[in-house]
Amino acid sequence: MRELWTLFSVFFRIGLFTVGGGGYAMLPMLRREIVERYGWLSDPDLLNIYAIGQSTPGVIAVNTATFVGYRRRGICGSLAATAGIVVPSLLVISLISVFFAEFREIELVARAFAGIRIAITVLLIYIVAGMFKKAAPDIFSLLVLLLAFFLVAAGIVPVVWAILGGGVAGMLYYPLRDRTRAARATSETGESATAEASADKPEDGA
Amino acid sequence: MIYLELFAVFFKIGLLTIGGGLSSLPLLQEQCLQSGWIGEGEFMDMLAISQSTPGPIGINMATFTGYKVAAFPGAVVATAGMVAPSIIIIVLIAAFIRDFDRRPLVRHLMSGFRPAAVGLIAAATLLIFTGAVYDLPGLLRGAEPACNPVTLLLFAGLLVLHRLRKWHPALFLLIGAAAGAILC
Repeated sequence: MRELWTLFSVFFRIGLFTVGGGGYAMLPMLRREIVERYGWLSDPDLLNIYAIGQSTPGVIAVNTATFVGYRRRGICGSLAATAGIVVPSLLVISLISVFFAEFREIELVARAFAGIRIAITVLLIYIVAGMFKKAAPDIFSLLVLLLAFFLVAAGIVPVVWAILGGGVAGMLYYPLRDRTRAARATSETGESATAEASADKPEDGA
Repeated sequence: MIYLELFAVFFKIGLLTIGGGLSSLPLLQEQCLQSGWIGEGEFMDMLAISQSTPGPIGINMATFTGYKVAAFPGAVVATAGMVAPSIIIIVLIAAFIRDFDRRPLVRHLMSGFRPAAVGLIAAATLLIFTGAVYDLPGLLRGAEPACNPVTLLLFAGLLVLHRLRKWHPALFLLIGAAAGAILC
C-alpha cells in the first residue's frame, strides 16, 4: 500500500516538473527517480520500457508510467503511477480553465494571444522540421509523410485513416524490401548473405 | 450522455496517438473542432497554454476540452478516456508480450506510423498557420486572403528569433504574447 503511494507521488512530481517538450523531457527525471533514487529498475530496463512506450498507442509519458507502475505493483501500481502523472495536469489546467473564458475576452489579453498564436506556429514549424529527418530516412517513408500530409491537409481523408494507412504501408513494404535485398544479395555474391541482409532492419532510430 | 461522449472521443484520440509528444495534435484538432466543442482560436490558445504548463500536452488538451464541455467532472472523464487505452494496452504487453519493441512487425508498423504522424503534424501546423498568420491554402485556391503586415512581420521576426536563440517554449510564447500585446 505504501509503495502505491510512493508510485503516485514519484510520478506526480515527474508530471509536475515536466513542462512542454512532450514525453522526452521526462526521461532525465525518470532515470533520476526510478533508477538512482529508488532502484526500482535498472537503466537498461527503464530505457527499454521507454522505447516500448514510444511504439505503443498512447501518450509516451502515460505509457511509461503505466509500465513502471505495473512492474512494481501490477495493475494497482499502473493505476497509481498513471494517476500520479495526470493529476498535475488535471489540477493546473482546471484551475486555468476557471478563468480562461473571461480572461481571453480582455482586449489586452486577446492581443497577447494573437502574438502567442504566431509564436506557437513558429514553434510547431521548427518541431516538424526537427522531426523530419528522423521520420523519413528513406524514399518510402518520405512518400508516406507527404501523402499523409496532402491527404489530410486537403481534407480528403480523416486523420485516423492516414495513421492506419501509414502503419499498413510500413507493414507491407518493409518485409518486401528486406526479402528483395536478401534475394539480391544471395544472387550477387553467390553465397547465402541472407543473414546479413535481413539484419538490415528498417531505420527506426529510437 | 455527455460524459460517455467525452470518454469515447478521447479514448479514440488516446488509442491513435502513436509515437512522440505531438502525435496527439492532429487528432485533437480534428476531433475538437469537428465536435464543435472548441473553436479554432480557442484551440490554438489552449495548445499554447498546454505547451507551457506541467504535464503531457495531450493530457492537458484533454483536461482543457473536458473542462470546457462539462466542468471538472468533464475534465476527469476526458483525461480518463485519454489514458485508458494506454493502461489497457501497456498492461497487456507488460504481462504477455516480451521484447515488444524488437519484434519485426512492430518495427515495420512504427516505420510506417512515424512518417505518417509527422506528415499529419505538418498538416495540423498548416491549419494553425492559416488561423494565426495567413490563409495560405486560400491563396493557393485562388482566393485573395486578407493580409496583415504586422502579423506577417511578427511571424518573420519570431521565426528568425527562434533560429538564433533556442529558448524554452514557455519563454518563447511569453515573448510572442508581449509582442502581440504591444503590436497587434
